[in-house]
Amino acid sequence: MTELMEPVATTTDEKYHGLTHAEIDQLGAELDALRLRIIADLGEVDAEYLRKVVKAQRSFEIAGRALFYLPVIGWVPAVAALSVSKILDNMEIGHNVMHGQYDWMGDPSFNSRMFDWDTMAPAENWKYGHNYMHHTYTNVVGKDRDVGYGILRMDPEQKWNPYYLGNPLWAFLLMTFFEWGVALHDLETEEVFAGRRKMFGGENAPIWRRIRKKMGKQVLKDYVLFPALTGPLFLSTLAGNAVANLVRNVWTFNIIFCGHFPAGVASFSVEETENETRGQWYLRQMLGSANITGGKLMHVMSGNLSHQIEHHLFPDIPARRYPEMAVEVQEICERYGLPYNKGPLHKQLFSVFSKIVRLSFPGGAQKEAPVRGPQAVTDDSLAA
Amino acid sequence: MTALISDPAALPTRPAKARAGGGPLGLLLRSKLVTALASPHGVDSYLERFNPMWAAHEVRARIVSIHRETDGSAPVATLTLQPTSTWRGHRAGQHVLVGVEIPGIAKRFTRAFSISSAASGRGEQFTLTIRAHDEGQVSSYLVREAQAGQVLHLSQAQGEFTLVESPATPTISRLVFITGGSGITPAMSMVRTLLRDGYQRNGVAHAGRKVTFLHFARSPEDQIFAEELAEIAAADNGVDVHLRHGDQVFSEFELRRLVPDYKDTDTWLCGPPGLVELVKAAYGDSDRLRMEFFKPAVARAAQPGEEIEGDISFTRSGKTVAASGASLLEQAEELGLKPEFGCRMGICFSCTRTKTAGTVRNILTGEESALPDEEVRICVTAAAGDCHIDL
Repeated sequence: MTELMEPVATTTDEKYHGLTHAEIDQLGAELDALRLRIIADLGEVDAEYLRKVVKAQRSFEIAGRALFYLPVIGWVPAVAALSVSKILDNMEIGHNVMHGQYDWMGDPSFNSRMFDWDTMAPAENWKYGHNYMHHTYTNVVGKDRDVGYGILRMDPEQKWNPYYLGNPLWAFLLMTFFEWGVALHDLETEEVFAGRRKMFGGENAPIWRRIRKKMGKQVLKDYVLFPALTGPLFLSTLAGNAVANLVRNVWTFNIIFCGHFPAGVASFSVEETENETRGQWYLRQMLGSANITGGKLMHVMSGNLSHQIEHHLFPDIPARRYPEMAVEVQEICERYGLPYNKGPLHKQLFSVFSKIVRLSFPGGAQKEAPVRGPQAVTDDSLAA
Repeated sequence: MTALISDPAALPTRPAKARAGGGPLGLLLRSKLVTALASPHGVDSYLERFNPMWAAHEVRARIVSIHRETDGSAPVATLTLQPTSTWRGHRAGQHVLVGVEIPGIAKRFTRAFSISSAASGRGEQFTLTIRAHDEGQVSSYLVREAQAGQVLHLSQAQGEFTLVESPATPTISRLVFITGGSGITPAMSMVRTLLRDGYQRNGVAHAGRKVTFLHFARSPEDQIFAEELAEIAAADNGVDVHLRHGDQVFSEFELRRLVPDYKDTDTWLCGPPGLVELVKAAYGDSDRLRMEFFKPAVARAAQPGEEIEGDISFTRSGKTVAASGASLLEQAEELGLKPEFGCRMGICFSCTRTKTAGTVRNILTGEESALPDEEVRICVTAAAGDCHIDL
């Protein structure tokens, strides 16, 4: 390991934009310092913000459920209110609370171990696959199960086969049924098909039991009880609830796909990330994520996942802090000659969908889509 | 004859499910239908939007009044609380967990406090008598800063340090209470209950048996419930009150003089560790002594730069290891324990465990914390002295 101390860039270093190990350590130290500064500053404003968002979400939800009693003219506002409620619940509240971002408040209703969200995926299953697998091994092909979710080809390193000709169709279906997909994702079906895991038995048994239970509750609530409570309007309420769930599915799918799949985002191999230092981990998180630019509404409705880069650097810091941290992260990136991938929603989406289509065919490691490792994105940020 | 000291199963601690206050409305709010509709957040998270005192499952309480008992450096106050209808009542001697959001910190702290009023029924008011300790953020806040009207988060009453005698003795037999400092509160609840539920003799409440109440306080100024204790002592009610102040420490000789057969008398003891040690020694192996502790085993933290010295107790597995400076996760694994973990770098919260007592240091931030019952990520937390981990 002695050569790591030398200031000369080694082959490993070149993968990291020509940064030396010392520079990567320095980068890690700067990000650690930023992290500590924000953690020390957490307090009442953050708690109040979360309570305000929860209050708004509950109000939208109650309004949405109630408006279904108003025949015809109530339907569109009801669906809109319920959609907003579900999006807030899943993104700015659920995703962030379940990351432990608000555990420090000591409030059981915002504790990552107690919280569950208004979607099919049971909290306990999701936290393992997301907080641990995805956030620890971000964009490591073969380890991060969120690279293509086991059903799409989202990286040229994934070996092509004719199944992937359906890439755009599979992506469309995943978008439509996103909450079901996220829930079933934890069964690790790709492992099942590889014969290394039983679909509903073995280690999947408790996971499947939780999924069934949660799905039962969600279906009962949205597709039986609330429609039944509106009596003769049963079908109208049922359809409204289904549309609200669909709106949430489409929105969250798009936000999430813009987080790691736009062109210029790097992916990594298992070998590249062995014995990674903290600085290298930070670097991988930065190079493997992309932000969406936009206004305040955009940030709230995406649960601040519009700041995916900051979220991946600091997954346990309250997401409302990401915009202020982004200013500093961007400055750090400039100083180190690192890319900072951001763009408006339409641009990022276009990039993602181009990739989905391109990778449905063999190959795909061209200029637009990233090749292996971070060197693919150096065209706009070559290290000196 | 008191109705109180009877079969504990008949007492309202574990009532039939959902037979709660609020009548038909309570029944509806706790019904399967409403639970299914409010899934996954629960009906209480909607009710509290409208009124913090509306609850179907959770227990909260509004502070009705705050009465200062003693002043000085460690003042004592009695808080009268109006709980939500979900409060199932308490048996004399029980305590309750109180959750408070301290302004400016925005963190909810949860601490146990003994209930000082006589046994309560469902939804009935009760009182907490709290001493403001210098190191106790919560007690300090409740005594010095809390205001009437404020809402606190509560657990149900808990604890087995209650007024139930051993099966061997009849309910008119003698009782002894030995308390020190703010340890008087649970005993006060019991004596108040005995007097309330005893019988009336010549218009005076009588405990219906002989009760010896031996209490130690730092000084007359620090004596909690001084007036009421004086009244109890003066009345012909079966209760003998013996207050000892200042240098007067507990002596077995004195106890034997007051209660010759104390070893065969049901005794409740609550107070600081020094008093507890002396009384325990006096009772030897008698099974009539029951005790309640407030503070967990005192843990000493290493000074910054000082070598870490202390033991980590993994309380669930009963294993102990000397703190080495490595993470709690690594130290647990060295002992052969297999706690759940994920990223091992502090981001995924898979390994979160409760530190029940002691001081720990966050390896990433260097921050130390000595709060009881704190959730820690054991992969990025090391012991900074003695500590107890629920693992």
